[in-house]
Amino acid sequence: MNSALSIAQQQQLRRMLENGLALTSRPYQVFAEQINSTEQAVIEHVQGLEEQGFFRRFGIVVKHRALGINANVMLVMDIEDERVHQVGEALGEAPGVNLCYRRPRRPDWPYNLFCMVHGRDRQAVEAHVIELLQQHNLQQRPHHLLFSTRAFKQRGGRYNQTGTI
Amino acid sequence: MDEFDRHLLNRLQHGLPLVRDPWGALAEELDCSAERIRQRLQELLDDGTLTRFGPMFDIEQLGGAFTLAAMTVPEQRFAEVTELLNNIPAVAHNYRREHAFNMWFVLACPSPEGIQHSIAEIEALTGLSVLNLPKEKTYHVGLHFPL
Repeated sequence: MNSALSIAQQQQLRRMLENGLALTSRPYQVFAEQINSTEQAVIEHVQGLEEQGFFRRFGIVVKHRALGINANVMLVMDIEDERVHQVGEALGEAPGVNLCYRRPRRPDWPYNLFCMVHGRDRQAVEAHVIELLQQHNLQQRPHHLLFSTRAFKQRGGRYNQTGTI
Repeated sequence: MDEFDRHLLNRLQHGLPLVRDPWGALAEELDCSAERIRQRLQELLDDGTLTRFGPMFDIEQLGGAFTLAAMTVPEQRFAEVTELLNNIPAVAHNYRREHAFNMWFVLACPSPEGIQHSIAEIEALTGLSVLNLPKEKTYHVGLHFPL
Protein backbone atom coordinates (compact mmCIF):
# COMPACT_ATOMS: atom_id res chain seq x y z
CA MET A 1 0.00 0.00 0.00
CA ASN A 2 1.13 3.58 -0.54
CA SER A 3 2.59 4.96 2.60
CA ALA A 4 4.98 7.69 3.62
CA LEU A 5 6.59 5.11 5.90
CA SER A 6 9.41 2.80 4.92
CA ILE A 7 8.92 -0.93 5.21
CA ALA A 8 11.01 -1.04 8.37
CA GLN A 9 8.94 1.78 9.88
CA GLN A 10 5.71 0.00 8.95
CA GLN A 11 6.86 -3.18 10.65
CA GLN A 12 7.93 -1.36 13.77
CA LEU A 13 4.66 0.56 13.88
CA ARG A 14 2.69 -2.65 13.52
CA ARG A 15 4.46 -4.22 16.49
CA MET A 16 3.78 -1.14 18.59
CA LEU A 17 0.12 -1.04 17.54
CA GLU A 18 -0.29 -4.63 18.69
CA ASN A 19 0.81 -3.58 22.14
CA GLY A 20 -1.78 -0.84 22.17
CA LEU A 21 -2.01 2.93 22.28
CA ALA A 22 -0.43 4.96 25.05
CA LEU A 23 -2.75 6.72 27.47
CA THR A 24 -1.41 10.12 26.51
CA SER A 25 -3.24 12.90 24.71
CA ARG A 26 -1.32 12.27 21.46
CA PRO A 27 -0.68 8.53 21.24
CA TYR A 28 0.23 8.61 17.52
CA GLN A 29 2.84 11.26 18.23
CA VAL A 30 4.45 8.78 20.64
CA PHE A 31 4.62 6.18 17.85
CA ALA A 32 5.93 8.77 15.38
CA GLU A 33 8.81 9.67 17.69
CA GLN A 34 9.75 6.00 18.06
CA ILE A 35 10.00 5.48 14.32
CA ASN A 36 11.34 8.91 13.38
CA SER A 37 8.29 9.90 11.45
CA THR A 38 5.46 12.37 11.82
CA GLU A 39 2.17 12.05 13.64
CA GLN A 40 0.33 12.74 10.40
CA ALA A 41 2.14 9.97 8.50
CA VAL A 42 1.41 7.50 11.31
CA ILE A 43 -2.30 8.38 11.44
CA GLU A 44 -2.59 8.13 7.67
CA HIS A 45 -0.91 4.74 7.67
CA VAL A 46 -3.21 3.43 10.41
CA GLN A 47 -6.25 4.80 8.56
CA GLY A 48 -5.05 3.02 5.42
CA LEU A 49 -4.79 -0.25 7.31
CA GLU A 50 -8.28 0.19 8.68
CA GLU A 51 -9.80 1.06 5.31
CA GLN A 52 -8.24 -2.03 3.78
CA GLY A 53 -9.75 -4.27 6.43
CA PHE A 54 -6.56 -5.20 8.22
CA PHE A 55 -8.19 -4.76 11.62
CA ARG A 56 -10.89 -6.98 13.01
CA ARG A 57 -11.61 -4.14 15.36
CA PHE A 58 -10.01 -1.06 16.80
CA GLY A 59 -10.97 -0.42 20.35
CA ILE A 60 -10.52 -1.98 23.72
CA VAL A 61 -9.71 -5.54 24.55
CA VAL A 62 -11.68 -6.49 27.66
CA LYS A 63 -11.14 -9.47 29.87
CA HIS A 64 -14.76 -10.46 29.88
CA ARG A 65 -14.48 -12.60 32.98
CA ALA A 66 -13.24 -9.55 34.86
CA LEU A 67 -16.43 -7.74 33.78
CA GLY A 68 -18.72 -10.38 35.24
CA ILE A 69 -19.37 -12.14 31.92
CA ASN A 70 -18.92 -15.61 33.32
CA ALA A 71 -20.74 -17.88 30.95
CA ASN A 72 -20.30 -18.60 27.29
CA VAL A 73 -21.93 -21.16 25.11
CA MET A 74 -21.22 -22.39 21.63
CA LEU A 75 -24.58 -23.08 20.06
CA VAL A 76 -24.22 -25.53 17.19
CA MET A 77 -27.02 -26.35 14.76
CA ASP A 78 -27.62 -28.51 11.74
CA ILE A 79 -29.38 -26.24 9.24
CA GLU A 80 -30.41 -27.36 5.78
CA ASP A 81 -27.83 -26.30 3.18
CA GLU A 82 -30.41 -24.36 1.19
CA ARG A 83 -31.21 -22.06 4.08
CA VAL A 84 -28.08 -22.01 6.22
CA HIS A 85 -27.01 -18.70 4.65
CA GLN A 86 -30.30 -17.01 5.46
CA VAL A 87 -30.37 -18.38 9.02
CA GLY A 88 -26.73 -17.40 9.53
CA GLU A 89 -27.40 -13.84 8.44
CA ALA A 90 -30.42 -13.59 10.73
CA LEU A 91 -28.66 -15.06 13.78
CA GLY A 92 -25.54 -12.99 13.10
CA GLU A 93 -27.62 -9.87 13.60
CA ALA A 94 -29.50 -11.12 16.63
CA PRO A 95 -28.74 -9.43 19.95
CA GLY A 96 -26.35 -11.36 22.15
CA VAL A 97 -24.79 -13.34 19.31
CA ASN A 98 -21.14 -12.32 19.30
CA LEU A 99 -19.81 -14.61 16.61
CA CYS A 100 -21.60 -16.61 13.95
CA TYR A 101 -19.89 -18.92 11.46
CA ARG A 102 -20.76 -21.67 8.99
CA ARG A 103 -18.40 -24.63 9.25
CA PRO A 104 -18.30 -28.04 7.57
CA ARG A 105 -20.14 -31.12 8.83
CA ARG A 106 -17.96 -34.18 9.39
CA PRO A 107 -18.78 -37.91 9.64
CA ASP A 108 -18.74 -37.62 13.44
CA TRP A 109 -19.94 -34.01 13.59
CA PRO A 110 -23.41 -33.20 12.21
CA TYR A 111 -23.58 -29.42 12.80
CA ASN A 112 -22.87 -26.67 10.28
CA LEU A 113 -23.79 -23.37 11.98
CA PHE A 114 -22.00 -22.05 15.08
CA CYS A 115 -22.93 -19.10 17.30
CA MET A 116 -21.16 -17.83 20.40
CA VAL A 117 -23.38 -16.34 23.09
CA HIS A 118 -21.96 -14.75 26.25
CA GLY A 119 -23.73 -13.70 29.42
CA ARG A 120 -23.50 -13.17 33.14
CA ASP A 121 -24.33 -16.73 34.08
CA ARG A 122 -25.34 -20.04 32.63
CA GLN A 123 -29.08 -19.64 33.27
CA ALA A 124 -29.18 -16.29 31.50
CA VAL A 125 -27.29 -17.63 28.51
CA GLU A 126 -29.43 -20.74 28.27
CA ALA A 127 -32.66 -18.72 28.44
CA HIS A 128 -31.35 -16.38 25.76
CA VAL A 129 -30.46 -19.25 23.42
CA ILE A 130 -33.90 -20.84 23.85
CA GLU A 131 -35.48 -17.50 22.99
CA LEU A 132 -33.26 -17.13 19.92
CA LEU A 133 -34.19 -20.60 18.67
CA GLN A 134 -37.88 -19.86 19.14
CA GLN A 135 -37.72 -16.47 17.45
CA HIS A 136 -36.04 -17.97 14.42
CA ASN A 137 -38.20 -21.07 14.42
CA LEU A 138 -35.25 -23.40 14.86
CA GLN A 139 -36.28 -25.45 17.92
CA GLN A 140 -36.97 -28.47 15.72
CA ARG A 141 -33.59 -28.42 14.04
CA PRO A 142 -30.89 -30.63 15.58
CA HIS A 143 -28.83 -28.43 17.87
CA HIS A 144 -26.61 -28.62 20.91
CA LEU A 145 -25.37 -26.17 23.53
CA LEU A 146 -21.72 -26.58 24.40
CA PHE A 147 -21.04 -24.62 27.58
CA SER A 148 -17.45 -23.92 28.39
CA THR A 149 -16.47 -24.98 31.85
CA ARG A 150 -12.89 -23.74 31.83
CA ALA A 151 -10.62 -21.60 29.71
CA PHE A 152 -7.08 -22.91 29.65
CA LYS A 153 -5.53 -20.43 27.31
CA GLN A 154 -6.66 -17.12 25.93
CA ARG A 155 -4.61 -14.75 23.90
CA GLY A 156 -5.50 -12.20 21.31
CA GLY A 157 -4.76 -12.78 17.67
CA ARG A 158 -1.31 -11.27 17.51
CA TYR A 159 0.65 -11.10 14.35
CA ASN A 160 4.37 -11.17 14.92
CA GLN A 161 5.62 -12.44 11.61
CA THR A 162 7.85 -10.32 9.49
CA GLY A 163 6.45 -9.11 6.22
CA THR A 164 4.74 -6.02 5.01
CA ILE A 165 1.16 -4.97 5.10
CA MET B 1 -18.13 -0.47 38.21
CA ASP B 2 -20.27 2.66 38.17
CA GLU B 3 -22.38 4.40 35.55
CA PHE B 4 -19.36 6.27 34.16
CA ASP B 5 -17.41 3.02 33.70
CA ARG B 6 -20.31 1.41 31.93
CA HIS B 7 -20.68 4.33 29.51
CA LEU B 8 -16.98 4.42 28.87
CA LEU B 9 -16.51 0.70 28.27
CA ASN B 10 -19.65 0.32 26.17
CA ARG B 11 -18.50 3.22 24.03
CA LEU B 12 -14.96 1.90 23.68
CA GLN B 13 -16.17 -1.52 22.61
CA HIS B 14 -17.56 0.19 19.52
CA GLY B 15 -14.11 1.41 18.63
CA LEU B 16 -11.68 4.18 19.28
CA PRO B 17 -11.87 7.33 17.13
CA LEU B 18 -8.88 7.34 14.79
CA VAL B 19 -7.84 10.95 15.37
CA ARG B 20 -4.83 12.78 16.82
CA ASP B 21 -6.31 12.99 20.29
CA PRO B 22 -8.66 10.00 20.67
CA TRP B 23 -9.15 10.50 24.41
CA GLY B 24 -10.09 14.14 23.88
CA ALA B 25 -12.62 13.13 21.21
CA LEU B 26 -14.13 10.61 23.61
CA ALA B 27 -14.23 13.18 26.39
CA GLU B 28 -16.36 15.44 24.22
CA GLU B 29 -18.72 12.59 23.41
CA LEU B 30 -19.05 11.50 27.00
CA ASP B 31 -19.11 15.04 28.37
CA CYS B 32 -16.25 14.66 30.82
CA SER B 33 -12.54 15.48 30.87
CA ALA B 34 -9.95 13.56 28.87
CA GLU B 35 -7.92 13.45 32.06
CA ARG B 36 -10.67 11.54 33.84
CA ILE B 37 -10.94 9.04 30.98
CA ARG B 38 -7.22 8.39 30.91
CA GLN B 39 -6.98 8.04 34.66
CA ARG B 40 -9.88 5.59 34.83
CA LEU B 41 -8.58 3.55 31.89
CA GLN B 42 -5.17 3.33 33.55
CA GLU B 43 -6.85 1.94 36.68
CA LEU B 44 -8.80 -0.60 34.63
CA LEU B 45 -5.59 -1.66 32.89
CA ASP B 46 -3.79 -1.94 36.21
CA ASP B 47 -6.47 -4.12 37.79
CA GLY B 48 -6.65 -6.40 34.72
CA THR B 49 -10.19 -5.55 33.56
CA LEU B 50 -8.78 -4.33 30.25
CA THR B 51 -5.74 -5.61 28.44
CA ARG B 52 -5.01 -2.92 25.86
CA PHE B 53 -6.40 -0.32 23.46
CA GLY B 54 -5.76 -0.40 19.80
CA PRO B 55 -6.25 -2.54 16.76
CA MET B 56 -6.67 -6.28 16.63
CA PHE B 57 -5.19 -7.32 13.32
CA ASP B 58 -7.19 -9.65 11.12
CA ILE B 59 -4.77 -12.53 10.70
CA GLU B 60 -6.44 -13.75 7.52
CA GLN B 61 -6.04 -10.37 5.84
CA LEU B 62 -2.34 -10.69 6.53
CA GLY B 63 -2.13 -14.08 4.84
CA GLY B 64 -2.53 -16.08 8.01
CA ALA B 65 -5.13 -18.68 8.85
CA PHE B 66 -7.40 -19.75 11.70
CA THR B 67 -9.35 -22.85 12.42
CA LEU B 68 -11.55 -24.19 15.18
CA ALA B 69 -10.61 -27.70 16.24
CA ALA B 70 -11.74 -30.21 18.82
CA MET B 71 -10.66 -33.47 20.39
CA THR B 72 -12.20 -36.15 22.54
CA VAL B 73 -9.77 -36.38 25.42
CA PRO B 74 -10.09 -39.22 27.95
CA GLU B 75 -10.76 -37.78 31.40
CA GLN B 76 -7.62 -39.23 32.96
CA ARG B 77 -5.49 -37.58 30.26
CA PHE B 78 -7.17 -34.20 30.30
CA ALA B 79 -4.53 -32.30 32.30
CA GLU B 80 -1.66 -33.84 30.38
CA VAL B 81 -3.17 -33.04 26.97
CA THR B 82 -4.06 -29.49 28.07
CA GLU B 83 -0.43 -28.93 28.97
CA LEU B 84 0.78 -30.32 25.64
CA LEU B 85 -1.56 -28.06 23.67
CA ASN B 86 -0.86 -24.94 25.66
CA ASN B 87 2.82 -25.24 24.84
CA ILE B 88 2.10 -25.11 21.11
CA PRO B 89 2.33 -21.48 19.93
CA ALA B 90 -0.36 -21.96 17.26
CA VAL B 91 -2.96 -22.72 19.96
CA ALA B 92 -4.62 -19.35 20.60
CA HIS B 93 -7.55 -20.40 22.77
CA ASN B 94 -8.35 -23.62 24.48
CA TYR B 95 -11.64 -24.33 26.22
CA ARG B 96 -13.11 -27.31 27.95
CA ARG B 97 -16.70 -27.80 26.78
CA GLU B 98 -19.50 -30.14 27.78
CA HIS B 99 -19.63 -32.64 24.94
CA ALA B 100 -17.99 -35.90 23.87
CA PHE B 101 -15.65 -33.51 22.04
CA ASN B 102 -14.51 -31.99 25.30
CA MET B 103 -11.48 -29.92 24.27
CA TRP B 104 -12.01 -27.04 21.82
CA PHE B 105 -9.21 -24.87 20.59
CA VAL B 106 -8.45 -22.24 18.01
CA LEU B 107 -5.32 -22.56 15.90
CA ALA B 108 -3.84 -19.37 14.45
CA CYS B 109 -0.95 -19.71 12.01
CA PRO B 110 0.92 -17.39 9.66
CA SER B 111 -0.14 -19.52 6.67
CA PRO B 112 -2.85 -22.05 5.78
CA GLU B 113 -0.18 -24.79 5.54
CA GLY B 114 0.68 -24.02 9.15
CA ILE B 115 -2.76 -25.22 10.21
CA GLN B 116 -2.26 -28.66 8.64
CA HIS B 117 1.18 -28.85 10.16
CA SER B 118 -0.11 -27.96 13.65
CA ILE B 119 -2.91 -30.51 13.44
CA ALA B 120 -0.45 -33.23 12.45
CA GLU B 121 1.82 -32.16 15.29
CA ILE B 122 -1.02 -32.29 17.83
CA GLU B 123 -2.18 -35.70 16.60
CA ALA B 124 1.37 -37.06 16.82
CA LEU B 125 1.97 -35.60 20.28
CA THR B 126 -1.31 -36.75 21.80
CA GLY B 127 -2.18 -39.86 19.80
CA LEU B 128 -5.71 -38.42 19.51
CA SER B 129 -7.49 -37.40 16.34
CA VAL B 130 -8.35 -33.76 15.73
CA LEU B 131 -11.70 -32.59 14.38
CA ASN B 132 -10.86 -29.69 12.07
CA LEU B 133 -13.70 -27.22 11.46
CA PRO B 134 -12.40 -24.27 9.42
CA LYS B 135 -14.95 -21.57 8.89
CA GLU B 136 -16.65 -21.49 5.52
CA LYS B 137 -18.51 -18.26 6.01
CA THR B 138 -18.56 -15.50 8.61
CA TYR B 139 -21.96 -14.04 9.40
CA HIS B 140 -20.91 -11.87 12.28
CA VAL B 141 -17.86 -11.05 14.32
CA GLY B 142 -18.38 -8.39 16.89
CA LEU B 143 -17.44 -9.39 20.38
CA HIS B 144 -19.40 -6.82 22.29
CA PHE B 145 -20.55 -7.11 25.86
CA PRO B 146 -23.22 -4.61 26.89
CA LEU B 147 -22.44 -3.66 30.50
